[in-house]
Amino acid sequence: MSQIAAVVLVMLATVLIGAFGLRVSRTTSDFYVASRTVSPLWNASAIGGEYLSAASFLGIAGLILTFGADMLWLPVGWTGGYLVLLVLVSAPLRRSGAYTLPDFAEARLESMAVRRLSSVLVVLIGWLYLMPQFQSAGLVFRTITGAPPWTGSLLVAVVVAINVLSGGMRSITFVQAFQYWLKLTALAVPLAFMLLAWWSDGRPGLAPGDEWVLPLHGRDHPMYETYSLILATFLGTMGLPHVLVRFYTNPDGRAARRTTLVVLTLLGAFYLMPAVYGYLGHVYGMPESDTVVIALPGRLVGGPVGDFLTALVTAGAFAAFLSTSSGLTVSVAGVIAQDILRGGVRAFRVATVLAVLVPFALAGVARSLPVATVVGLAFAVAASSFCPLLVLGIWWRRLTTSGAIAGLLAGGGLACAAVVITITGGPHTGWAGSLLAQPAAWTVPVSFTVMAVVSLLTPSRVPRGVARTMVRLHTPETLNVDRGDWRPRFM
Amino acid sequence: MTGKPRRAAATGPRGQGEGAATSGKPRRVVVTSPRTAAARRPRHPLTREIDEQTRLGEVYMGSLVRTQFRLALFVCSLLACVVGGLPLLFLLAPELRAAELFGLPLPWVVLAGLIYPALVGGAWLYVRQAERNERDFADLVEHR
Repeated sequence: MSQIAAVVLVMLATVLIGAFGLRVSRTTSDFYVASRTVSPLWNASAIGGEYLSAASFLGIAGLILTFGADMLWLPVGWTGGYLVLLVLVSAPLRRSGAYTLPDFAEARLESMAVRRLSSVLVVLIGWLYLMPQFQSAGLVFRTITGAPPWTGSLLVAVVVAINVLSGGMRSITFVQAFQYWLKLTALAVPLAFMLLAWWSDGRPGLAPGDEWVLPLHGRDHPMYETYSLILATFLGTMGLPHVLVRFYTNPDGRAARRTTLVVLTLLGAFYLMPAVYGYLGHVYGMPESDTVVIALPGRLVGGPVGDFLTALVTAGAFAAFLSTSSGLTVSVAGVIAQDILRGGVRAFRVATVLAVLVPFALAGVARSLPVATVVGLAFAVAASSFCPLLVLGIWWRRLTTSGAIAGLLAGGGLACAAVVITITGGPHTGWAGSLLAQPAAWTVPVSFTVMAVVSLLTPSRVPRGVARTMVRLHTPETLNVDRGDWRPRFM
Repeated sequence: MTGKPRRAAATGPRGQGEGAATSGKPRRVVVTSPRTAAARRPRHPLTREIDEQTRLGEVYMGSLVRTQFRLALFVCSLLACVVGGLPLLFLLAPELRAAELFGLPLPWVVLAGLIYPALVGGAWLYVRQAERNERDFADLVEHR
């Protein structure tokens, strides 16, 4: 009962805090980037709140419990991805002045074709990321109420749609910052109680010779899968649409870097905890499932305190569903509204409904995989498409329109194909299964290579304004130089 | 906390009060010296070289991009060695997989603990150096 109360409370709080933004978000630019008036700590908390999805809150502990030490790489990659983003992308991307990934593609390559292709990829990655959030919400809702899974998915989908429709990005910034601290508390407080309980139980450890704790065991090709996972997570972070949109709320490139540093710290603090949940779950012989985080506090700490802690983690889980889904919905809806519909606030509203509806439908029909696995696939697609586009676009003058298109099609296409095969069919075994389940190790090099080689073969297609764009991307804002007159088209 | 003050101040009663006080009668000032130098400060020639994309301007821009790229590449290589090296280390030295540190399995101590402060430390050093590079470039361009 207390769990249901916790869920209702989180939903209400999300909608209410979101409503505060309503007063101030009237024009289109407010909807998009909160008018760039968000301070660094708020912004970093908001990035953290948006980023820590069901996959981080529930999924990592579940996968660690199931597969053991190799899954520790997942949170490491999801944090380390921000270091790669920081050094290769953050400041130049903010200086580009673009609002979305398709905006960046258009600004850098001066091509509507690249822009449209990027839009399609943003929508695909967003849907792939949203689908497991909804599935996970259904799973947790079933665990606490016994209701069929689709009710939980529907509940989250509706609250997200209301929230995005009523407030736009500004309210989302407040909501997201709140959600980060809620999620941190919701995982940390039960953990403290559980460690006390574990201590008073006489600190039970693993059975001697338990292979679960060792890295590189338990899967078909552990070395390949580990490296592929590392590549996908470290390079995929920069290509996530809901993460990048937050960088535009920094006032300048320098602030973008500093915000990233704070984000890295906040995420590092959070990701210390899921591994301990996984470890305790194994020691106490919990069933291998995504719901271990919800079930563990009640198992270790009984009585009313246990009930309260269970309610707290449930609240955290719903905060995770809502925050990530809201952020993704804003990004996906923005791209649909701007590039597929005609633009304007009305189009944004139609697009929001579309952005939520499709993954909700997918959640009902797709094979049910662990949430962190599917989110990992979204990272692989991002790493094989937007990572090369951003890295080569920012640092390499000779990138051409044809090269970018070929690379996006090859890398993004192959990764998407692998994802579809993994999600609809399967589980596949042997080498083919590993290559499909963790495609990044081959799709990322393919994408980079195709983009670079085709660019070198088509030197006449280098964008004409590339020198000016480079000035814009790399010179500090204090210098008074001509940065060109490209502006993102407002709806 | 964020954002709200500016717009709220413009429409709020306090903002209006202040606006009325300052936009009333302009204060009289005595001009003792014409500040023509400040009024017509010429743009620095080097930024013009960059604006006009001359050979020299391109050389300067190229050096900035290269410096920042080298720094980024250095951090990424370091990261690749640490992150890419660990699985290899566990493969080549199987006894490390079961080794213990502080009574806990070594791979867990590293991957679920020590690596996070290391990432933050690396990021902090990078931000410091990247900002220094930009300051140096700005100094170079503004005071030839």
